[in-house]
Amino acid sequence: MISVRRNGAIKVAASILNMLSKRIIPCLDIKEGRVVKGVKFLGLRDAGDPVEVAKVYDEQGADELVFLDITASFEKRKTLLALVEKIAANIFMPFTVGGGIGEISDIRNLLNAGAEKVSVNTQAVKFPELISSAAKRFGSQCIVVAIDAKRQQDHWEVFINGGRTPTGIDALAWAEKAARLGAGEILLTSMDCDGTKNGYDLELTRAITQKVNIPVIASGGAGVLEDFYNVFVKAGADAALAASLFHYQELDVKQVKNYLKEKGVAVRI
Amino acid sequence: MKIAIVDYGMGNIHSVAKAIQVCGAQAVITNNKDQISKADKIILPGVGAFDDAMGELESLNLISLIHEQVNAKKPFLGICLGMQLLLDSSQEAKDHQGLGIIAGQVVKFSSASGLKVPHMGWNDCKVIAQDSPLLRGLSNSQVYFCHSYYPQPSDKTVVAATCDYGVGFACVLARGNVYGVQFHPEKSQNAGLKIISNFVNLC
Repeated sequence: MISVRRNGAIKVAASILNMLSKRIIPCLDIKEGRVVKGVKFLGLRDAGDPVEVAKVYDEQGADELVFLDITASFEKRKTLLALVEKIAANIFMPFTVGGGIGEISDIRNLLNAGAEKVSVNTQAVKFPELISSAAKRFGSQCIVVAIDAKRQQDHWEVFINGGRTPTGIDALAWAEKAARLGAGEILLTSMDCDGTKNGYDLELTRAITQKVNIPVIASGGAGVLEDFYNVFVKAGADAALAASLFHYQELDVKQVKNYLKEKGVAVRI
Repeated sequence: MKIAIVDYGMGNIHSVAKAIQVCGAQAVITNNKDQISKADKIILPGVGAFDDAMGELESLNLISLIHEQVNAKKPFLGICLGMQLLLDSSQEAKDHQGLGIIAGQVVKFSSASGLKVPHMGWNDCKVIAQDSPLLRGLSNSQVYFCHSYYPQPSDKTVVAATCDYGVGFACVLARGNVYGVQFHPEKSQNAGLKIISNFVNLC
């Protein structure tokens, strides 16, 4: 069997042996219950309707979806809950909801509305006990900690408030602490690579996957098919997230998964 | 066909209800004893921690009712945590025992070998009990898992399907009218809907 060593290569081998499929996750930005950052699917009655867009990704064989709510005000949160209920009633696949979550009651409401997982970011950095109390109450498996990281000389720094505010916190140390507090998954966004389409940040992703023993979703930078292969095989990611690449149909999920399968990566076809 | 989904504040109820409707039955989300008793079948869903879940069932006075209904041979399906509660005890729990309907305990995955815990994502559900009505028409489909603990029933004949994640573990339990699935059929697209449909129509 597999030797007991904390080593990235060993971990990658272990996950292949265990047949757990690598996941492909489209991400949708939601504002006041509508999809923003223009999804360009032809033939959709309403490309702003998150349910319609989710159905398209469902048909393409996406493994999960992430909905990131960028609605600012508290009142609009009710719209989000109604939306989550509608998504859960129409799409029989797991999805994560994130954006502005700060209270245990927010988490409970989202899970009860049908979200599989919730992701916390800024509030978890400010109040790390949010992670431990949420994990204790709802189980680690539904608590995703989103980390926005940016390279600074010899390390990566955590940014909060949608990437606007530096924290001085080391991303590796934060990932390790989040896992220790009970996070079930890390959603890792490289601010350096996000939007570049030059590939995921392999160095950052590898550093985090080797540091923690919970699944890591890599985000930011996907541009071509090889980028997905590289982030799984060279950086040990468990899932890869992409937004505009899928929304603008430069690649579709099925195409990515077929490619990965051909290259010997375990995916669910 | 009326299926009661036990509502005890432990999440994930709407997608289960919708899946049942898609499969042609009526879903009643309830913690009312009469409604549960009158339903044709019962689903115990669940996302969260073992102690909290048993505590909720206790404070809603549902534990003896569940035993009565199971003993009366009413088809019963536990999903994820709802399945784990069927066993005697869990390593996750400090204060509560399980329902004790299926003998055995719930244990945590060991991360010692570099295994990532929780076990999260799509994995193969390997059918052992080919004749189980719950699994009819399913070969080795991928289903969606999201858990850190898994059941270890003492009687291996209740294991209807297994999954490999570092260890081989029971991902479907079946004993008479009692069924449990460790994965989320309501989140497992077509394979999951097939299982829900089997529960609605065949179990």
